[in-house]
Amino acid sequence: MLQALAYPFDSPELLRHRKQYRRQLLEDGSQRITKRIAVLGGSTTSDIVSMLELFLLNEGIAPEFYESEYAQYWQDAMFPNERLAEFAPDLILIHTTCRNITEFQQDLTLPEEACREAVLRQYQKLEVMWDKLTETYHCPIIQNNFEFPGYRLLGSADASDPHGLTNFVTELNRMIYAYARSHAQFYVHDLMSLAASYGLDRWADPSYWYLYKYPMSLQAIPEYAYSLTRVIRSIYGKNKKALVLDLDNTLWGGVIGDDGQAGIEIGQETAQAQGYAEFQQYLKAHQQLGVLLNICSKNEPENAELGLKHPESVLHREDFLAVEANWEPKDQNVLKIADQLQLLPDSFVFVDDNPAERAIVRGQIPGIAVPEIGEVTDYIRVLDHCGYFELTSYSKDDAKRNEMYRDNLRRSQLQKQFASYTEYLESLEMQAQITDFLPVYLPRITQLTNKSNQFNLTTRRYTESEMQAVADSPDYIRLCGRLRDKFGDNGIVSVVIGEKQGTRLDIVLWLMSCRVLKRDMELAMLDTLVEQCQTQGITSLHGVYLPTAKNKMVAGLYDSFGFTKQSETPEGRTDWTLDISTYTKRNHVIRINQEGETEHG
Amino acid sequence: MDEIYKKLTKVFREVFDDDSIVLTPETTADDIEDWDSIEHINLIAAVEDAFGMRFQMREVSGMKNVGEMVQIIKSRI
Repeated sequence: MLQALAYPFDSPELLRHRKQYRRQLLEDGSQRITKRIAVLGGSTTSDIVSMLELFLLNEGIAPEFYESEYAQYWQDAMFPNERLAEFAPDLILIHTTCRNITEFQQDLTLPEEACREAVLRQYQKLEVMWDKLTETYHCPIIQNNFEFPGYRLLGSADASDPHGLTNFVTELNRMIYAYARSHAQFYVHDLMSLAASYGLDRWADPSYWYLYKYPMSLQAIPEYAYSLTRVIRSIYGKNKKALVLDLDNTLWGGVIGDDGQAGIEIGQETAQAQGYAEFQQYLKAHQQLGVLLNICSKNEPENAELGLKHPESVLHREDFLAVEANWEPKDQNVLKIADQLQLLPDSFVFVDDNPAERAIVRGQIPGIAVPEIGEVTDYIRVLDHCGYFELTSYSKDDAKRNEMYRDNLRRSQLQKQFASYTEYLESLEMQAQITDFLPVYLPRITQLTNKSNQFNLTTRRYTESEMQAVADSPDYIRLCGRLRDKFGDNGIVSVVIGEKQGTRLDIVLWLMSCRVLKRDMELAMLDTLVEQCQTQGITSLHGVYLPTAKNKMVAGLYDSFGFTKQSETPEGRTDWTLDISTYTKRNHVIRINQEGETEHG
Repeated sequence: MDEIYKKLTKVFREVFDDDSIVLTPETTADDIEDWDSIEHINLIAAVEDAFGMRFQMREVSGMKNVGEMVQIIKSRI
């Protein structure tokens, strides 16, 4: 990770050193997933593509690009296109802006009906293109909404009068959003807000249009590329998952150990206090997104509790999962929190007002995000622009994630009271539902394939359309497993896909969420898989382990299942087989697919 | 004049990620491997940024060599 590419970045500096940063990123030896991205542009795209490449490389995505010829986005999509077909995009970006609006007529004598029809014509031109692209390439599409124009002939009335271009853009965007709501793999990139936040006058610097056919100023391109990167990393499951927050001068003003509960600033009394209160509200709202809130503070534990009990505090103890209030180095506390939640440290965002603490955490924990958050008046803006938690798909599980992790922490407390681990597992009264992919679970299944890194034998990623194809094909045996226990519902936590090859089943995907590690869920999945195979005349299983930087925990999984190792490559790939004609059930603690079990909310 | 060349050389080296670049008034795009029309956009912006000035649109497309670029910079700062 290059700090120069972390928000807030210095755009002119990035543009000037682009080649150097690219070289450094390519030489850093990190593992990246390759994605083929087609950029269909309504204007020049070269610097957009090269900036996007930098940001994506920094996020662990190695992009390969297709660029349409100048302004040929629509033609590229609508007419047979061998070059694009051969490229076989994983993702299509449609880079259009206000400069590509063709149907608007600046004519105050037009009847209103004609104005509305013009918007509709413009929209339909886009809609046929999206439909055509979806039908041809079956991959996610990112489409810009339209930014407000750089000038307004009618002044303020340009926004409300159907004869104004601003009004045209507003209505057009509304139609784009309606399409997005009914098409799962279609994402709107909010260019409108981006340009507004950048400053429309600076954004729409016309000299770049006249000279180079860039609809925005060159200095705005890094911001634009980063904004796209946020959407792309979210689509590919690379969002962060949790916040680790400092207390003194981060969640409230002042130092609780010195100032006491009455002395800290939080609430409505002072300007500072209001700043911290609004920041707390902003953080609390993240729970809806499934973001896990945690505390890491150099404080006596009782002082930390005292601060959160302040009558004006928006956040309370129960809003947080792990709370580490002690005097140990913060990087060690962050690792401790990661361990308690069974999440990788690089899925955390560390928020602390103290630059020294930020430096140590950034230096010690590779991949963790440590934004330069500035003053309390900057906190929300900086975190918001960093976009660690960009929403591109939303499952019910996201909303319940805090609850599920809290249940997990309670389970680990309970574990300490039992004589044996089996006794503990039995006490959880676990019930699993293990079935073929039901349509309602497909978004969650796809999300899991893109998010799971640790308990994942092949780390194979699927888009929603690829997963749909697997779900529809008779050549696979598919299992998804949902696990409940007396503390609550963990949702869909495990996915297995096997490809039938005569009497052998090739296991192409086996993953499990780390939230149910050591619960014997993998054994329940294996039992069910074998059962399915036996009814279909399959006599052996073939499994592969493909090593990555993150999945060492499953290197010995097939061995523990009783598979026999067939081969091992120098890169560490291992192949395994299991004869299932004499299989005995492995799981004894989870009840599987029992009718009449009670539904938990 | 030497100061301008010194500063300009630094900008060129950064933009083209090539520390071997040495500028003379006669240097043109043909002398620097990566100096194409696309990198020209970046170069112009980086020069403007470094010297705190803007080129006029006609100048951007009219400059024939580094010497002309330096003349414009000199007249502007």
